[in-house]
Amino acid sequence: MSGVLVVMEHQDRSGSPSPSRISLEALAAGQHLAKELGIDCSAAVLGEGIGSLAEQLSGKALTKVFAVEHTLLTQYTADGYVHALQQLIRKTTPGYVLFPHTYQVRDFAPALATRFQQVLISDVIAIHASSGGAPILVRQLFQGKLNADYRPITTQQAPCFLSIQAGSFRSDSLQNSATPAPIEPFAVDLAPAQIRTTPSAPFRESANTVDLAAAPIIVSVGRGIREQENIALVKTLADALGAELAASRPICDAGWLPMERQVGSSGQTVSPKLYLAVGISGAIQHLVGMKGSKTIIAINKDENAPIFEVADYGVAGDLFEIVPALTKAILAAKG
Amino acid sequence: MKIIVAIKQVPERDAQIIVAPDGKGVDDRDLAYTINEPDAYALEEALQLKEKNGGEVIALCAGPDRVASTLREALAKGADRAIHVNAGDLAQRDTLALAQLLADAIRPESPDLILTGLQSDDLGLGQTGVVLAELLGMPHATLIMHVEATSSGLRVKRELEDGWFQHLDMPLPALLTIQSGGNKLRYATLMGIKKAKSKPTATITASPATVPPTIELTRVYLPEKQKRTQMLTGTPAEIAVQLVEKLQSEVRVL
Repeated sequence: MSGVLVVMEHQDRSGSPSPSRISLEALAAGQHLAKELGIDCSAAVLGEGIGSLAEQLSGKALTKVFAVEHTLLTQYTADGYVHALQQLIRKTTPGYVLFPHTYQVRDFAPALATRFQQVLISDVIAIHASSGGAPILVRQLFQGKLNADYRPITTQQAPCFLSIQAGSFRSDSLQNSATPAPIEPFAVDLAPAQIRTTPSAPFRESANTVDLAAAPIIVSVGRGIREQENIALVKTLADALGAELAASRPICDAGWLPMERQVGSSGQTVSPKLYLAVGISGAIQHLVGMKGSKTIIAINKDENAPIFEVADYGVAGDLFEIVPALTKAILAAKG
Repeated sequence: MKIIVAIKQVPERDAQIIVAPDGKGVDDRDLAYTINEPDAYALEEALQLKEKNGGEVIALCAGPDRVASTLREALAKGADRAIHVNAGDLAQRDTLALAQLLADAIRPESPDLILTGLQSDDLGLGQTGVVLAELLGMPHATLIMHVEATSSGLRVKRELEDGWFQHLDMPLPALLTIQSGGNKLRYATLMGIKKAKSKPTATITASPATVPPTIELTRVYLPEKQKRTQMLTGTPAEIAVQLVEKLQSEVRVL
């Protein structure tokens, strides 16, 4: 058991596959871990006809790029990925297997880890490693209210599996190499009967008519608003600022605002000039969608809410008092 | 269709979470508990499937004595019976060991379908369902918004990222983790609460953990702020004036 293996994910909606940004971030995490521990780092891509994808990675400072090809891996299935990666890991015996923490990884990586009698350490935000000891892996508890340090208890028989949260490592910190990393094709033994689910092609419910990503100012509302009728209060504030109105997932789940106004991992990712969060506690899934905003202002009753960890300006107080006062002051300032 | 819903009891959403004196967990002395919200969506999906297709809904929960209240709530909402895997040492078991406990309780029931939430609001590891499916040798699908019974099994709608979805067909028995928002949660009715009292709950005492955990939680602490947040204070009117000043001079959007 040695070395780091990073399992990449790619996007292929435009016709030519390229590594997703979050898997490049996971690759940066893998390079970091490998460097601190003084071990090798390799990457794996899965699919069919992925030669160009492997080539895009061979310029990075990696020991090898494994091209795991099979016609049954063309479309993602949990069974296909678990079987293929189980074989790759048995053959190459990495000490650490890293993934980007995506919906796809959440779908298969826990089952893969179970095959090795291991538990996936999911949604890791930081890695503290030094040679000679087990690394400390940091993840969040209680929707980001607390951090926790985890230490893998390595057995020498199985690798440690971990997935990396979006935005925790920077893809622009990836180390390149002048000599291309060798691409190693890996043949997988996979039969149609081993794949128990039949996926259809991905689809979108309806064309998004609201492009939150293009909005310079966003006013976003969360659970703290309590009732559907109170949304009007925040809408008035958004109108006063000339902002788009957005929301966290629970508001859209309840049907108080349409799904297309949702910011977060299951909605849109935004980085406006101003993001004003009203009654949003700042669960991890929401923060990954907006923490790149240039300025963040948060109004929330709980002074310990995680939203205040990313906010530039915070108001710990009653939104039902502060929002109307703010709307009034903005209208007055605009004359 | 015989459906088991695996639910977890977690601290209430607005609970003040305090680090325990040993720094390795949270202080649970004053915590109030409730059903993990994603699991409430799984229960709702199970109840709607039963209403449509007939069958039985069994609520399953592992934890100490206090989880009985969460199981009662599930019964009050419409589950037919409950299974309580009584274990006071869940903090010492990792996801794999916990899933083993649940799998042992599920096997004798031979359900057609197992539902659970996509993740827990406390630990947020998001994998008990998938591990459970693997241990039981069942196909699974995650982040499911909609479930439909077909002649050959199930057709489910799975949420992908960035507003994309996908349909999957799969045979039964199967395990699904349910995403929020596919359904509206119901409240327990007075009649339901009354009926729950006469519904059966089987209690299974968990065997002691035999396998050492594969991961160790070494420290729990308050996160460091990623930014220096300037907190504004005063009356609402005073705060509004300060915010407008920031919007004009620093954010420059006014």
